Amino acid sequence: MTKIKTTLVVATMAIAMAGCAKKRPEVLPPAPVSQGTGVDPNAGANTNPDGAIVPGSDADFKRSVTSNTIHFGLDQYDIDPESRAILDSQAQWLARYPNVRITIEGHCDERGTREYNLALGDRRANAAKNYLAARGVSPERMNVISYGKERPIALGSDEASYAQNRRAVTIVLS
Amino acid sequence: MPRSLLTLPLTLALAASAVGAQDVPAPAPQDQAAAPAPAAGQQPGAAPANGQEGLVVDVEGGISAPMPIAIPAMPTSAVVQTPAGTTDVVGQKLSEIIANDLRNSGLFTPVPPAQLRTVSFPEVTAPAFDYWNGTGAQALVQGYVRANGDGTLTVGCYLYDVLARSELARQGFVVSPSDWRRAAHKCADTIYTKLTGEGPYFDSRITYVSETGPKAHRIKRLAIMDQDGANHRFLTNGQSIVLTPRFAPNQQSIVYMSYIDKRPAIYVYDIGTGRQRLVVQNAATTFAPRFSPDGRWILFSMAQAGNTDIYRVSSQGGSPQRLTNSPGIDTGGSYSPDGSKIVFESDRSGGQQIYVMNADGSNQQRISFGGGRYATPVWSPRGDLIAFTKLGGAFRIGIMSPSGGGEKLLTNSWQDEGPSWSPNGRVITFQRSTQGASGKADVWMVDLTGVNERRIPTPLDGSDPAWGPLRQ
Repeated sequence: MTKIKTTLVVATMAIAMAGCAKKRPEVLPPAPVSQGTGVDPNAGANTNPDGAIVPGSDADFKRSVTSNTIHFGLDQYDIDPESRAILDSQAQWLARYPNVRITIEGHCDERGTREYNLALGDRRANAAKNYLAARGVSPERMNVISYGKERPIALGSDEASYAQNRRAVTIVLS
Repeated sequence: MPRSLLTLPLTLALAASAVGAQDVPAPAPQDQAAAPAPAAGQQPGAAPANGQEGLVVDVEGGISAPMPIAIPAMPTSAVVQTPAGTTDVVGQKLSEIIANDLRNSGLFTPVPPAQLRTVSFPEVTAPAFDYWNGTGAQALVQGYVRANGDGTLTVGCYLYDVLARSELARQGFVVSPSDWRRAAHKCADTIYTKLTGEGPYFDSRITYVSETGPKAHRIKRLAIMDQDGANHRFLTNGQSIVLTPRFAPNQQSIVYMSYIDKRPAIYVYDIGTGRQRLVVQNAATTFAPRFSPDGRWILFSMAQAGNTDIYRVSSQGGSPQRLTNSPGIDTGGSYSPDGSKIVFESDRSGGQQIYVMNADGSNQQRISFGGGRYATPVWSPRGDLIAFTKLGGAFRIGIMSPSGGGEKLLTNSWQDEGPSWSPNGRVITFQRSTQGASGKADVWMVDLTGVNERRIPTPLDGSDPAWGPLRQ
């Protein structure tokens, strides 16, 4: 009896895969909103029906702070003076909206190995988190996630692209 | 008369069969009952004892003289329609799969199809040695296909020394029609093992991450295929990023990392049911998973507050045990085949280097001291070598002894990463990436000579290949 059940599940899977569109039952998670590209994951929550930007939204955050992104040196995770200024502006905005939660994404360039870069991205996101915490943002409001080298924003294999990809991005959750 | 002559050896072949019975859903007990011979898979059964001094393939050189080998189409006792195709067509394809396996090892040169003669059923056990000698073949593989009444197929596999006019090995395999390709891989393994002295590896699978889409937003799907790229199957649908799949030793599950629910963590995927489960509950980011050789443990890395260390957890779940405790990044753990040691990478000295420790985390010793950085160490299933990614501008695949000596780089491209060993420890699969905005990754293989290098055909791009154990 168990055996028959199993076979049915497998058969259903095969059909779902062949269709390439349907979600498989019980196997896969609900569709995520976004894969965290640092590019507007909250679109829709940012504006009112009349098109105005909602105060406290990610769109509001991005237009209010110096930048939502800080950058790092090769294989580095220290916060340089430029990044400090950016994070200061983020901390000020977050102080105005004390109930807003954020995710900080850590990213790397493609010159590291995959697993090491997951750890390095975690270091970078935590460096930003620790700095914001020191500026008064409660750690409970901050999630970190490392994407390693999985989500570059600059596609070239050159130093200019690498410099853009070594980053930590602050995203306001809706 | 000829028929009865033929029947006897064929029965013998069956009796000596390893048959891959456990994995074949068909009536296995019957086959096992008919096969009193002990685990014959490793040892070609009725071969004469003179196999040693006869034909030998040079596996060290591997370059100068691949052995010419003839593999004509396998005849059938009777043309029968089966789910795998008619038996005569299956016989043709089996010989092609065997030739492909042996060619891909880099150690054999199959005789071109135009020089192959049609072998009749009785001729299987009475080769036309004079003809084959004329083709330049030193070895000859003949075989047959027979459809059995119970829906299974029997494939006979015979290896001959053409010059000595003698039989070197024979094996019989009973497979379900859906597993017919495995009979070819088993036959190729028999020949490879007999002629090289190396362990078998053709009857094995690879799990990897299928990739497609733009570089900034690659769609990544868990996938599985035979080592020659056949029987390809997608296991996840690409909604979440998936990374670094690795087989369980029993091959019934795959441990990998997924971004399901935007929570990067390691999961075990059950191949039979398609279900998966989170390995470590309520944890921070977990990644770089790998099973222990006995399947009881999963080694993994956990990043917490910017620090990454190596842990192990029962493969059934439970509380993780911490194995490293350095302020740096410790990751990429891989067990020695006896499970007593773990090789891993750490940047505790300033850059990524390779370390070995006891399985309980004690006695951590650095073993890599060359220029550049070293990453992704994996212990050979033979135990004699560590494969790694060497970083110094380019990424290259290399090997060294477990004590750090004898470093040798096997590949030389822009970015080769993430080695994984074949079951016999003689071939390494890895991913090769190309640069630029249109850069992509593919699955490649290289052998220990560094000479035999080739891409594995996949439907889309591919990364993070991991070789499974030999199938039973």
